Amino acid sequence: MDLKRTPLYDFHIANGARMVPFAGWDMPVQYSTGIKAEHLATRNGAGLFDVSHMAQIEISGTGANAFLERLTPTNLSALSEGKVRYSLFLNDTGGVLDDLMITRLGGHLHLVVNAGRTSHDITHLRQNLDANTHINLKEDRALLALQGPDAAQVLNNLDLDLNGFHFMDARRFDLAGIPLVITRSGYTGEDGFEVSIPGESATIIAERFLSTKKITLAGLGARDTLRLEAGLPLWGHELDETITPTTAGLTFALSKKRRDAADFPGAKIILDELARGPTRHLVGLLANGARPVRDGVLLKQDGKDVGIVTSGGFSPSLNRPAALGFVDGSYAEAGTQLTAATKGKETQVTVAKLPLVKHRYFRG
Amino acid sequence: MLKFSEDHEWAKLDNDSCSVGISPHAVEQLGDIVFIELPEIGTKVDKGDAVAVFESVKAASDIYSPAAGEITEVNSALLDDLTSITPESAMENWIFKLKINDASDLETLMDEGAYTALIG
Repeated sequence: MDLKRTPLYDFHIANGARMVPFAGWDMPVQYSTGIKAEHLATRNGAGLFDVSHMAQIEISGTGANAFLERLTPTNLSALSEGKVRYSLFLNDTGGVLDDLMITRLGGHLHLVVNAGRTSHDITHLRQNLDANTHINLKEDRALLALQGPDAAQVLNNLDLDLNGFHFMDARRFDLAGIPLVITRSGYTGEDGFEVSIPGESATIIAERFLSTKKITLAGLGARDTLRLEAGLPLWGHELDETITPTTAGLTFALSKKRRDAADFPGAKIILDELARGPTRHLVGLLANGARPVRDGVLLKQDGKDVGIVTSGGFSPSLNRPAALGFVDGSYAEAGTQLTAATKGKETQVTVAKLPLVKHRYFRG
Repeated sequence: MLKFSEDHEWAKLDNDSCSVGISPHAVEQLGDIVFIELPEIGTKVDKGDAVAVFESVKAASDIYSPAAGEITEVNSALLDDLTSITPESAMENWIFKLKINDASDLETLMDEGAYTALIG
């Protein structure tokens, strides 16, 4: 199968990216400086990521709120113009079909969904569509994530006015005559922005950002280590059709009104679990030694299986191996010592509170 | 004699002592290395045994022995500085040395030309 290319493909090649297949796309996993350097540059300055592989979907029509409320636990009537919410497509057993961002702007709802789940999500949306709602996959748009403590300065230097623009806000901007939709959001735990751009102008905007000399180009490798430290789940690892939002630590995504009404997919199962407390919890894991633990490794205590690693790797900020995983309730407390049954060699890990690196969102 | 494996190891034979490293291409593909495990000196290995581990930020990669024999030396300096193997230094930075039983084990490996063609 031919890999799809984002509008920034030539830009990546020109900037020394190493391209890898990801969810059907040919994407930069890193540039010449490497994952650790890109990661630290994002934590300490600003990183620029091409995330155009994620699908942008517009939902319009008088039925849009009710339509999305049938599929998610979000209270859409409480989502006002210029605001963003994190949400979940749930199935009837309370599992997560995908996680997504919902933005209300210009009277429409705009979704950003995972690249690897796009065709699933489009089918799911179409199957549930009603006559009063329209969906439009915006394949002509690119998406850049500008992340890190200096991200706001980059936009300020380009004369974009960020006054009153806080975490999970959305606004239209104009840069060099190019219309942008920017949300103050991201997947790194840092302050930052996600910038939706007409595809044909994506390279011009990326070059403008680079021209401020404040940013480092960063690939999917650093995106993954950053989100791991931030304790943010990745579908296929911490989320899937069998994992409930309560288990994955996403209770905040269940809006109060929808919980009271118990009217979202899987509500009974999820609310029962919420009342009882989930049997497993998403936790951070720090390896006691230098050897990383990897996805799928079983976690044990006194020979008994008590959990599993879902995202294993390395934390450049903590300069040690780190992971995310699910553990049974009584083993979820920070400081708990567990054995990771790594291939051929057992290693010790310590349960740690999430996030592993503090979030620094700009709440104004 | 210099040979390369499909798994991107190189093997240099000097009498019956074989130095083994990984190719510049392999180092490039690995990216930042965060952990290295070397074999114990004196370990007897078969051709194709996983004898060392290189872990990058993203994944673990086994290093296989190109021949049967006994581990005689390991390059423990690599452990002191995980950044010391670079694409530029990969051909000089051996990982372990092996006293091989039978030099014909290396005959199935590629010469430099064939390996260069493989990685394109």
